[in-house]
Order: sequence, then structure tokens, then C-alpha cells
Amino acid sequence: MTPPGTPPGTPPGTPPEASLSEAGPSEAPLRRTLPKITDRFAATGAVLIVVVAAAALLAPWLAPYPEDAVDPVNALLAPGAEHWFGTDQAGRDVLTRVLYGGRTSLFIAVSVLAVSAAVGVTLGLVAGYAGGWVRDVIMRVTDVFLAFPALLLSLMLAMVLQPSVTTVIVAIAVTWWPWYARLSASVAASVATRPYVDAARCLGVPAPVIIVRHVLPNSITPVLVQISLDAGGVILTAAALSYLGLGAQEPTAEWGLMVDQGQTLFTTNWWVVTFPGLAILVTAFAFNVLGEGLRNALDPRRVVR
Amino acid sequence: MLRYLIRRLGQALLVVAGVVMLTFVVMRLVPGDPAVAFAGPKATPEQLAAARERFGLDDPLWVQLWNYVRDLVTGDWGTSLHTRQPVRDDLLLAFPASLELVGAALLLAIVAGIPVGVLAARYKTKFPDFGVRVASMLAVSVPVFWLALALQTVFASNLGWFPVAGEYDSSLDTTSPLTLWTNITVVDALITGNWPILTSTLRHLVLPTLVVAAYPTGVIAQMTRAMLIEEAGQDHARLERALGFGETSILTRFALRPALGPVLSLIALVFAYSIVNGFLVEAVFNWPGLGRYAASAISSLDTPAIAGVTLLVALVYVLANLVVDLLQGLIDPRVRPQ
Repeated sequence: MTPPGTPPGTPPGTPPEASLSEAGPSEAPLRRTLPKITDRFAATGAVLIVVVAAAALLAPWLAPYPEDAVDPVNALLAPGAEHWFGTDQAGRDVLTRVLYGGRTSLFIAVSVLAVSAAVGVTLGLVAGYAGGWVRDVIMRVTDVFLAFPALLLSLMLAMVLQPSVTTVIVAIAVTWWPWYARLSASVAASVATRPYVDAARCLGVPAPVIIVRHVLPNSITPVLVQISLDAGGVILTAAALSYLGLGAQEPTAEWGLMVDQGQTLFTTNWWVVTFPGLAILVTAFAFNVLGEGLRNALDPRRVVR
Repeated sequence: MLRYLIRRLGQALLVVAGVVMLTFVVMRLVPGDPAVAFAGPKATPEQLAAARERFGLDDPLWVQLWNYVRDLVTGDWGTSLHTRQPVRDDLLLAFPASLELVGAALLLAIVAGIPVGVLAARYKTKFPDFGVRVASMLAVSVPVFWLALALQTVFASNLGWFPVAGEYDSSLDTTSPLTLWTNITVVDALITGNWPILTSTLRHLVLPTLVVAAYPTGVIAQMTRAMLIEEAGQDHARLERALGFGETSILTRFALRPALGPVLSLIALVFAYSIVNGFLVEAVFNWPGLGRYAASAISSLDTPAIAGVTLLVALVYVLANLVVDLLQGLIDPRVRPQ
């Protein structure tokens, strides 16, 4: 439920600009910044993400058992040769469930970030390019949404809607887009004053075309970095909602839900809760580390070698 | 500064108004009829009608919104459908318990996070720095509910070093009842000299505090480290080096003070965040705070209570942001708009 913010894993209350404003929003195209990531720490994050994503995508081939293979006779077996991560109360293989759970978590994260970036960047670009009262109205609405802690508004929405994976996506996206709106508005406002934008305007290019062809490509980099910083927070928030029973439902494999269902067994059968929790930790860690590395690469003053 | 203050206050009021509207809208969307929830399943049609009358559910929407805002402003935050108490009274009991937990956690986070950040900056790119970076990143990446369950299982259930749940031993309520002043148990026990409750509360605080502190400690350490490294690269640090100061004293004597401004802002924001993050921890440790109140309100579809919690937390958020901006305006005049 970590919200988007400054530091990695960002406190969900930290203004995204905090990281960028001092140096001024960077407008360098992403490809020029990528080779600068020489930080081994960030590289570790990237490798971890590849491993997690591969494990999730290849789950049907990697998993030793079918996703929902219930086997009550072999319930709550300790980790061993047959079941590396043990089995849960229904006799399902925990390793298999953890692998499939990765698909759910990554699907939620990608959907939330795509939806909130699409909404947030669109509004932000319009606000930043248009300026004046348009910007004021959009930014004030954004402020209202920012005043709600992500987890709390998600809780309220998850209560109004039926608990499901879609609910989690909608609930988190509603609280996440304002960060991108605010960030892209501030970058777009500075891009809008560039000579090439003036030139396009003088040539009579319509505003929507200017925004899409000129403002968008030149202001998207900080947003992409922020997205990579936020992925860990989205995964934690989604897991928390599922843990509270407001997200994914049985028999969907989801890490937060697995922790919820196994929590009474923690003292006697530690593996049922430990492995899904570790999966959340590793995934969030990987995204946070990579996000921090990307941000350092963009802000030369922060690079430490 | 005064003009900046007024402008910023106006903005905050606008946000609060928006928050109230949004809460009102979401509350209208909650499934179930509040009148049925209040009157109970066996209510007669007359009782239902009385409940509808009482909550003004038959009025047009804009009248309801107007009444809602008027009641809020006059201090009437509605009556909980579940506890049957005024929501304001419930919040005045639950919020201090959350404050106690988050306050203890932030104290720990500051005491631990800043020195750790200094350590990392002093030995940047060396092993201590690497250790701090990994540890602080793990601290911000760990799912709190899972960490809470893990600590509870290991240190309370298995080893028995700490109590499993609750705020203090409830049997103490009969042997040495606590007089309430601030509703913050630790403070009340301290001013009234109630040692049994004080020691019991402190023991109950340890595990949940550690869990809530993980995230703030991580971000404070990261921010301190980043700001110090930046300061150590400034011109004044070169001068100090030329004057013969060692790296450690440059960091602690000269770099730390300017670096603390951003860290202070971060603490205010993290405070608001930790209140909500603490909800999950309160659920695991059965801590009698806002989180537990919100959880029971949500499971019983207690709309006035949920609206109350939402508004309160949003107010804390707005206030924290306001404090941050004003502090920065005070410290750094460049932030103030001309």
C-alpha cells in the first residue's frame, strides 16, 4: 500500500516532484539515460525482476503441480523433496501457488500502472499545456484525490464494489493517477514554453497534435521513472487489500490472500505464510531497487559510484 | 510570508471541501440501506420510517449534502450504526491509540534512521553503505501485515517474550483502573503514576512499534544518506576539507543541519502515511486504534463510522502537507511565491 512518493517504495504521501524538482524535470529521452545505470545495486533489481517475471509467466511450465490440485490427504506437509515449499491446508503445493500468485500480482501491477498513467498523463499534459484556469481546475481535483491515503480510498471503494481482482485494480488506480497528473503537468508546463512548441503553434498545428507529437515525447521520461518506482508500492497495496479480504478471492492464487488464509497456521505450519510473504517482499524489493537506480541515473547529483 | 500563509490555508480548505464531497458521494454508493442497518433486520415498517426520517434519507441529495456539511462543521459527525455512539466520541478514543503506536514508531524511526543514514553516507560505496541500502530497501518493501504476523508468531506465540495482542493487560482495569486525560494510554498512565498499566502498555507496544517503524526508518535512512552525500559534494565541504576537518566531522557538524530540512518534511508525510499503514498492524495485534475501528465499521457497513475515519485521516494528510509547506517556506524563503 505504499503509495507513490519520493523515496523508493515511496511514502504514499510524498510529492513525486520532491525527487525531481530540485534538479528541474529531466527531459532527456529515456534511451540516453539507460546506459548510465552502472550501479550494480540497481542491476541486481533488474535481474530480480526478470527472474520474478519469468517465474510468473512460465508458471504453467515451471509449477510442479496443477494450480488447484487439492489433495486433502497430503495437507500441511512440511517442505521436502516432493513439495519444496510444503503444502497448504487443502493439500495444494505452496510453490505452485506462489508461482501462479506472481501472475496475479504482476497483472494487477501492470494494469494499475497502465490505467493510472494513461489517465494521469492525459490530464497532466492538458493541464500543463493549457495552463490558466484549466490547469487550476485539474490540479485542485488532483489535490483532493491526493489527500486520500491510497489504502483508505481503496478500502472504501473495495467495499462498494464486489471483492475481486478487478476491484483491486480499479480501487488502486483511482488513488494512483493523481501522482502522474501532477508530475506530468509540471513537466509539460516547462516543455510548453520551448521554442519548438511555439514554432509548431505559429505554423497552425492544432493543440491536440502539439500535445501528442511534441509535448508528450519530451515529458514522458520522469513519468516512466516514477512508474518504475511505484510498481513495488502497487504490489504491496494490492497484497494488503487481498489480505483484508477485499481483493482476489479463492481459488485465485494471490500472495496476500495466501497469507490471510494461512495466518492462523503460522505457529504450527510456518511455510504456508512465510513463502507467499517472501514472494511479496522480493518482488517489491526488486522494483524499488530498480526504480531508485533509474532515478539516480536521471539525477546526476545523486549518482554515487 | 503572511500572504503565502493565507494562500496556502485557502488551498487546504478547498481540498478539505473536496474531500468532504468525495466522502459523501462514496458513502452514497455503499451497498445496503443505512436505515435497515440501524433499525435491525426485525424492524417494523414504522421503525424503518423513523430511522429514514432520523437520517434524512428521504430528503433530496443536495439537502442531505448541506445537512451533512452543516453537522460536520458544528461537530456532529453522526452516530455509528454499530456502536450506537456518536462517531466523534468513538474517534476520540480510537485516534489516540493510533497516535500512540505511530508516535512510538516514528520516534524509533528517527532515532535509528538518521544515524544509520549518516553511517551510510560516511562510508559511501563501502560495505556499511551497501548494508544500509539493502536493509533500508528491505524495510520499505516488506508487507507490514506479514512482518506483523511473523514477529507475533516468533516473539510472542513461540518465545513468549512479548504479549500476543492488545494494548495492555485488561485485568489491570479492575486492579488499577486508568484515569483518562488525553486518551493516550502511555501518557495517561505516566501523568497519573499508574505503573502497572504503563509497564504493561510498553511491553505491548514493542512488537507493533517495530513493524510500523520499518517503513519510516527505511525512508528516513535513505533520505538522510542522499541529502548528506549531496551536501558533502558542495563547495562548503571542500573548504572544510581544506581546513583540515575529517569526513566524519564534515558530515555531522556541517552537512547534517542543511540536510535535516528535507528529512523533516519527509517525517511529516510519513507520519500521515504510517497512520494508515498502521491499520494493518492494528488488525494483527488487535490494537484498539483507528484501524480496528475502521475494520469493524467496514465489515458491518457502518457508513457514518467509515466516513468519520476517512475524513479524520484525510484531515491529518492535509494538515501534514500544510505543515511541510509552511515549514519549508519558513526555512527556505525561495519556496514562497512572490
